[in-house]
Amino acid sequence: MSTLAAVILFTGVVLYAIFAGADFGAGFWDLTAGGAERGRRPRELIDHSVGPVWEANHVWLIFCLVVMWTAFPPAFAAIMTTLYVPLGLAALGIVLRGSGFAFRKVLVRTAEQRVTGAAFAISSVLTPFFFGTVAGGIASGRVPDGGNGEAVGSWVNPTSLLGGVLAVVVCAYVAAVLLTADARARRLQDLEAYFRHRALVMAGVAGVVSIAGIFILHADARHLFDQLLGPGLPFVVLSAAAGLTALALLRSAVPRVPRGFAVVAAGGVVIGWGVAQYPYLLGTHLRIADAAAPRPTLVSVAVIFVAAALLCVPSLILLYVLQQRGRLEEA
Amino acid sequence: MGLAPLAGAALSAGDPAQLLPAREQMAFTLGFHIVLVPFGLAFTFLMMLANYRGIRGADADALLLAERWSKVAAVLFAVGAVSGTVLSFEMGLLWPGLMGRFGAAYGIPFGIEGIFFFLEAIFVSIYIYGWRRLRPWPHFWSGLPVVLSGAGGTASVVAANGWMNLPGGITLSGDRVVDVNPLAVFFNRAFWYEFVHMLLAAYIVAGFMVAATYAAGMLRGRRDRYTRLGFLIPFTVASVVIPLQILFGDVIAREVFHKEPAKFAAIELVPQTGDHVPETLGGLLVDGKVRYGIDIPNGASMLSGFSPSTRIRGLDTIPPPVRPAPHLVNIVHLSFDVMVFTSFLLLGLSVWFAWAWWRRRDLPRSRWFLRLATVSGVVSVICLETGWIVTEVGRQPWTVVGLLLTSDAVTTRGNMWLFFAGVLVLYVAIGAGTIFVLRSMHHRWRRLGVDDVDVPYGPEPPLEQQPTQAGHA
Repeated sequence: MSTLAAVILFTGVVLYAIFAGADFGAGFWDLTAGGAERGRRPRELIDHSVGPVWEANHVWLIFCLVVMWTAFPPAFAAIMTTLYVPLGLAALGIVLRGSGFAFRKVLVRTAEQRVTGAAFAISSVLTPFFFGTVAGGIASGRVPDGGNGEAVGSWVNPTSLLGGVLAVVVCAYVAAVLLTADARARRLQDLEAYFRHRALVMAGVAGVVSIAGIFILHADARHLFDQLLGPGLPFVVLSAAAGLTALALLRSAVPRVPRGFAVVAAGGVVIGWGVAQYPYLLGTHLRIADAAAPRPTLVSVAVIFVAAALLCVPSLILLYVLQQRGRLEEA
Repeated sequence: MGLAPLAGAALSAGDPAQLLPAREQMAFTLGFHIVLVPFGLAFTFLMMLANYRGIRGADADALLLAERWSKVAAVLFAVGAVSGTVLSFEMGLLWPGLMGRFGAAYGIPFGIEGIFFFLEAIFVSIYIYGWRRLRPWPHFWSGLPVVLSGAGGTASVVAANGWMNLPGGITLSGDRVVDVNPLAVFFNRAFWYEFVHMLLAAYIVAGFMVAATYAAGMLRGRRDRYTRLGFLIPFTVASVVIPLQILFGDVIAREVFHKEPAKFAAIELVPQTGDHVPETLGGLLVDGKVRYGIDIPNGASMLSGFSPSTRIRGLDTIPPPVRPAPHLVNIVHLSFDVMVFTSFLLLGLSVWFAWAWWRRRDLPRSRWFLRLATVSGVVSVICLETGWIVTEVGRQPWTVVGLLLTSDAVTTRGNMWLFFAGVLVLYVAIGAGTIFVLRSMHHRWRRLGVDDVDVPYGPEPPLEQQPTQAGHA
């Protein structure tokens, strides 16, 4: 039962990483798009792609927090009392991002939009970085069972920094692929070339960071290194292969195909981490079963998860169908 | 439970340095968030009423109101989503002692809340999208899940709060929760009265807040049918609900008297146990004595047990280590008085309105009515906030009554003043941004007559096909 709850929790983490990752990456390209006039068109496309999915991302984050504190309370408290600095900063970043999103659409004057836009873009880069350092701190065993671990060393360390940088780079890569596909679907050739170029550059950067990561993990988190090459290996390979395939298909295939491969690439990294860490929740010292809440609570979490899926998935499909129908009518 | 936490409480000098900033931050962020709740919960109902009227009476003004309200609701819902996310982080960052020890029980209602939150977000999107795209009645019905999931979400959060006041449904072994009865956690002994109270409060606040904006417009000379309707729909709802709330509040006071005696002693400012207890209006607890208040003889005893001889347990029955400090008692008592006082002010305004309507099917003619209606929004928020203070401060020094002291729930790491400062700056910016955005929407609607305002959750306008060359022109 505790493993099931862990799978549910981790499903939330993976979904958050994929959906929010694409979102954060879009913010990265917003930040680097240049001045108001030069960056206007890429920003317009970014706005269009980010808007509809934004709320779903928030839901996944809250979902992860809630499942964590309900199903694994002691681990939640341990993480929160150790990694409170990056988590607090990530929380502030999310507020900035969210309000930037909430307000920018309503504002009409460029100067106002630029202020909210800058808040949105900067926090889009910092937030995944801090989440990456949190993942690195947990994976490298720097969160003690009882919490209250090192306030700085728990997230300023080689594995955490690797996690942070990798998170930003992967987000930017996924977003660039999605935006290329989106521009292609809308037949905006200038933007398609613009983002394809950036997707290629980011894929190169991701490759370099990953190779550096091999040495970093070997030196700093030996157990994680071994596990990633053991049970985690298929997912790591899958992630790299999917990432390359997405690039190769960017020009030729139907836009949906490279999009799917990019998502698999991002998800593969996260799943690889999860598999490498199993059966531990924190580093290699706190087992999932030992951190779990009493059985009725775990059952409740599972029931809530199923109920959420049964209620929300059809509603989401309804929304999607309506929007697609509307788009056809407008075209 | 044991005596260990009790012994710890005596050493208030030994409270962690994080306790004060953490409590201030939680109070501030929750106080901010609770103002948004009525808009997700009850404003959407007002929107449905306007929509219904619009379709039934082929009333273009009502339909326009409903459409604009749905867009305001979307902006406020997006802001609420952001501040709600901060709250879920704060649960862990500020109160790891609470989550680590009782997350297994206390967390369950939040999981249920998540479902409602997600549903509400989806159907807000569908409803806003559906204007002029769906047929009128299916569009109307797509708003219903918004109202229902708003109520469900509020029920869930209130269930968690009720559990802190009257925890149940758990089995403890030492400090560890070893068994949980999820239904008993959710439907705890405080759930029903707290939920109904909050639900009614949300309708009151949303009603008066929305009506207040149109009252301000009428004072500036806008007497058109649109403005009038924008005032009448919310004000009528609030006027119907406020007497219900006062009657129900009286019932709740007796529930609190029976189930939460410590809170009741603070509310009624009763230092010594006894009968023939007066109802003290205003007043302060100074050196263990009640001063400066106006006493209604036997009032508190009559209200709690319908007889002057009803015995009320005073603060003296609470063991000294966990007895709330006098300044906390005073905050609870005065907040309660302000809540009751403001709700009677609102009732008075509603009665004035009802009388004029009964006599002449019209608003009271006096400009004073509109002036008071303009401030009724702020008054209703004061009423909501003070009521919330009574619940929360009235529980101190406990976070979970009888099980966990607030000083044991709080984090012991880091400089929480810095975190608080960051949150404060951001929230002030968000608050200002929200007002600015709503004003700019108002401006476009009112002065420019532009109605297709982009809002969060709203549909996307089509993207330009060709790159524009404005920069090179």
